[in-house]
Amino acid sequence: MNPEFAGSQYLIEVIYLVASALFILSLKWMSSPATARHGILAGEIGMVLAIGGTLLRHGIVDWKWIIIALVLGSGIGIPLGMVQMTAVPQRTALSHAFGALCVTLVGTAEFYLRSPDVPKFMMSVLSMEVILGGLTFTGSLMAAGKLQEVLPQRPITYKGQNLVNFLLFTVAVGSAVYLVLHPGAKELFPLVVGISLVIGVLLVIPIGGADMPTVISLLNSYAGLSAAAMGFVLNSKLLIIAGALDGSSGFILSVIMSKAMNRSFTNVLFGAFGQVQTSAAAGQEAKPVRSATPEEAAAILGAANKVVVVPGYGMAVAQAQHKVRELYDLLTKKGVDVRFAIHPVAGRMPGHMNVLLAEADIPYDRLIEMDEINGDFPQTDVALIIGANDVTNPAARTDQSSPIFGMPILDVDKAHTVMVIKRSMSPGFAGIDNPLYYLDQTLMLFGDAKQFVGGIVKELGGH
Amino acid sequence: MHSDLIDALFVFMLAAFIGFEVIRHVSPLLHTPLMSLTNALDAIAVVGAIVLVGEKKSTFATVLGVIAIIAATSNVVGGFFITDRMLRMFKTSRPAKAQGTKS
Repeated sequence: MNPEFAGSQYLIEVIYLVASALFILSLKWMSSPATARHGILAGEIGMVLAIGGTLLRHGIVDWKWIIIALVLGSGIGIPLGMVQMTAVPQRTALSHAFGALCVTLVGTAEFYLRSPDVPKFMMSVLSMEVILGGLTFTGSLMAAGKLQEVLPQRPITYKGQNLVNFLLFTVAVGSAVYLVLHPGAKELFPLVVGISLVIGVLLVIPIGGADMPTVISLLNSYAGLSAAAMGFVLNSKLLIIAGALDGSSGFILSVIMSKAMNRSFTNVLFGAFGQVQTSAAAGQEAKPVRSATPEEAAAILGAANKVVVVPGYGMAVAQAQHKVRELYDLLTKKGVDVRFAIHPVAGRMPGHMNVLLAEADIPYDRLIEMDEINGDFPQTDVALIIGANDVTNPAARTDQSSPIFGMPILDVDKAHTVMVIKRSMSPGFAGIDNPLYYLDQTLMLFGDAKQFVGGIVKELGGH
Repeated sequence: MHSDLIDALFVFMLAAFIGFEVIRHVSPLLHTPLMSLTNALDAIAVVGAIVLVGEKKSTFATVLGVIAIIAATSNVVGGFFITDRMLRMFKTSRPAKAQGTKS
């Protein structure tokens, strides 16, 4: 180290150390809603310190483009921070793509600056950086496109899909290994990056909308790991720490999501999820169901002591959450105990349903996780299901032939009365018939979620 | 160089363990803001891009670096912004009687 610059070098390292500590605190404070906003502040201070510290580095001679890029990036970031809560999943996928793009570009530039003089270890992590970054970039773009519905949401599958992916992956890794041994082979590098970009597309193509929570979490994890790999390349402990934190966060969320979807974790790791099984939908005779009007539903809800609302993504699609809040207010005023049962995969990303309900001003202590509320259903007078289907399907508990057998569900069938708001009897996203609808205690409330809840609210409020 | 590598691996391992322990305790209630926050923090990769642009080693590197800074900065700004918006929405019903909360 040049002694002339040693002083500022130490200062920068200390700044990075403080920033790393703030990042860890930031995540720690996220553990509860009471402290979570301190977490943001800690993260922001850490980020400002880290960027400021970096600008102090003596090697930096050109400021103009840094400032232009920072301003442009902020300009893009502000509208991305203002999207509606229903659009948060696609925004998140898009930001995974941006993060991965940054990592891939820096990795590419580093390679061409250093080649052919790249030590073996550095070349290995550099390859890992661009492979993970590349596939996360296109994969996240695909996921964002599907969530935004600019791309078809239906899973696209073809024969030999896994074989093609596997071969491509082998070629990418093989080229990377060759580069580790012969870092001067510049012409191979675009191949590694290019194949990674293709793999990202192919990995997400066969995945349907219902699997999005798992995919987003997994891409989150990949984005973190690629940033950590970049930290190894640049020998930046700050980046390694931030990348490891993000990687483990995405990993934990992927595990939680795959458990909630009843998929094994290896299944998820290799991207082999999303196979559509449409066997059970056929051969169902039209069985009798009982239906009810908003007036009848209002009478039953008004007479209940304990009500559990089970919201699904359909509620958000119908924009019914604000009407649901009105219903919550009216029933609470009447002395009815109203709670909300949240399945881990309700919505399009982990925790999405909580945000949608919080946006509608429903207090978060009324939002109860699946494991906690399942024991309470036998003492529940009314379970009101709005826009949820598969997560309430009792076949997951009993019918071994059902494609969702073994998936943890909300035990709504144990409630005294079950009311289901649904447009029609057509099966849900996974195309699986739901025996819940034919139970004796079940009432089907046919109609648009927003209008139907609005109808109940009108009856209860008397205006 | 060699000890640098070992140091880096130690840092990675410890940070991963801390990440697991800290994030395991995050309430599922906050998983969406958690993801947008980690996203913003992950955009610390911007420091690598800043060095790349600032050192001005080649036009190619500068162009890639500028795009990288733009991408990462949009994550920093957008990520913190939306996380804050989400967290401001979470309200409790009765501060006195916090039944049902795990926090």
